[in-house]
Amino acid sequence: MKTETLIWTVVLVLAGAWLILRTSQGNMGLAYERLVEKQFVRVDDIAETYTDGEPTGRMIERWVPADSPEASERLPGTDTIEWTESERVAPRMFHEAEATDPQQADIRFSFRHTLGLWVAAIFTLAIFSFLYKDNPLYRLAEAVVVGVSAAYWMVVGFWTTIVPNLFGKLFPPPIKDWAMPDLPLEQGYARWLYLVPLILGIMLLWRLAPKGAWIARWPLAYIIGTTAGLRLFSHMQADFVAQINNVIIPLVEREGGVIFFWESLANITIILGVLACLVYFFFSIEHKGVFGKTARVGIWVLMITFGASFGYTVMGRIALLAIRLEFLFDDWLWLIDPAGRRLVGVATSLIMTIT
Amino acid sequence: MFEFFKTLDRRWIFLLMLLSVAVPILLQTTFPEKASAMAQAVFDEIDKLPEGSKILLPFDFDPASEGELGPMATAFTYHCAMKKHKMYFMALWPVGPQMIDEAINKVIRPDFPELRYGVDYVNLGFKPGNEGVIRVVVTDLKELYTTDDAGTNINNIPMMQGVDSVRDCDLVINVSAGYPGNKEWVQYASTAYPGEIILVGGCTGVQAPQMYPYIPNQMKGILGAIKGAAEYEKLVMDHYPRHITNAEGDQALDPKYTEALRRMGPQLIAHLLMIVLIIGGNIIFFVERHRGMQA
Repeated sequence: MKTETLIWTVVLVLAGAWLILRTSQGNMGLAYERLVEKQFVRVDDIAETYTDGEPTGRMIERWVPADSPEASERLPGTDTIEWTESERVAPRMFHEAEATDPQQADIRFSFRHTLGLWVAAIFTLAIFSFLYKDNPLYRLAEAVVVGVSAAYWMVVGFWTTIVPNLFGKLFPPPIKDWAMPDLPLEQGYARWLYLVPLILGIMLLWRLAPKGAWIARWPLAYIIGTTAGLRLFSHMQADFVAQINNVIIPLVEREGGVIFFWESLANITIILGVLACLVYFFFSIEHKGVFGKTARVGIWVLMITFGASFGYTVMGRIALLAIRLEFLFDDWLWLIDPAGRRLVGVATSLIMTIT
Repeated sequence: MFEFFKTLDRRWIFLLMLLSVAVPILLQTTFPEKASAMAQAVFDEIDKLPEGSKILLPFDFDPASEGELGPMATAFTYHCAMKKHKMYFMALWPVGPQMIDEAINKVIRPDFPELRYGVDYVNLGFKPGNEGVIRVVVTDLKELYTTDDAGTNINNIPMMQGVDSVRDCDLVINVSAGYPGNKEWVQYASTAYPGEIILVGGCTGVQAPQMYPYIPNQMKGILGAIKGAAEYEKLVMDHYPRHITNAEGDQALDPKYTEALRRMGPQLIAHLLMIVLIIGGNIIFFVERHRGMQA
């Protein structure tokens, strides 16, 4: 056995034994839940709306919690709806409830939340393992992320766009009956203009067919054309004209005869920086003499900008690492407890493990 | 020694970085924070609005950037709730509604139970279409949002009465992790309707330098990454402190509103390590070049 393999085997066996020991003592990686009964009633309400300053007095239907003041204040309808929700609670609440009444059943151990916690922790470690070297565990985690994301996008896209915004406009009554009971029926008729996106959508999917893949180019051309037009306009407005406007600022900031030094210095720096960068990107004149020196200043301004971007990127990446480590140390291993979610203190937990 | 550092396996650097972040987390190290002018500008825009103002909160991020943006989303929600603003949540990212639910379950339900869904806050949910969605909602919100995230008819939600487009909102607070996000809200909303749509926001560190040129004309302020979030948290907790009784029986700031402040500890140590590594790398480079020139 290679030394590297031997070292990793020992490390993993020791870590595994430590995890099993702590979990068996109830000192880490456990999640608890409380089942909450929900009951909502339908109330008829006058809409708090005004048109041209006049109250419309239109009646609207709303679902409110059965125990809310609104349910008793207003005339409740005959409809009620009930369901049970699982609410994840802090381990501290479970221990406190157990201490008060050992027979209590309100708060209980949650297998599914615990499983989710362990899967999240193991996948986090699997992704981290790539920093050592590529391995099957990392590739498995990566494949799962990609697969789940793709499937999630498809499902979300179907239920948030295809159903309400396409079928809901084309066939309102059947969609209302089938999937969206509260879908507004706009004057009760279908909007046939939405046949255009439906047809374009079908044409786009045609590329999957063995013949006639060229049909998909027409909706693609439409998408590219509209996107280009939309972006051209917005970039011209927001990133060109508005940016020129943003640089038209006074060199000296003053008010009532008082000159604000730092504000003025900032304005001068902005204007000179912009001009120097523009000179650097002006290639029709050779970068020599005063022009070359100004272009050189432009390079420095650009370098400072890249440095600021790099610094911010480092900060972002460290924040992402910090949140994953916080998750591992707090939610999974129970080594820290910044939110006071557990009854067993961190030090106590560690002592219990050692002993 | 020189050869050792010159050929140092990069995995030792990974290990050092891991330790520089892990140790401050384990020791719960925090440092004092002072709000910058940018964080103050964001705070002031929200704070100066009268009670009951309509605030649109597009949460355009996902779990991958939750560590960086979650604390500012929490702080924005808390600040709006404290000011009794009407909150309209929406998302241009598919998992945005879950981020919205997280903010609602973390802030509004436990700490502001008096706020009613549909009257004081609403989750409009996700719509695909990126900047296309913004283009539509700035003129006709109900064209795309016929129901809220739970499928309730938008016309039956009391706080949606009189809100026909984003222009009816007093402020837009966009928390963004990339595309679509802050930049698209600037391009298609605040620049297109100057004076009608007022925009502030928060973004990841990668985006922040791209957003500064839009300030203050196209955007009133931006919170850049976890540092911006920490400064904003400090301002919010200074003005609207929320205390809880901790395990020792003492009154302390509620830890869920100081997440970003806590995460600045690892930031400081990790940045110091980065600076040392950059200086060390440059020394090795120049020494090697000097030796090459001598040879």
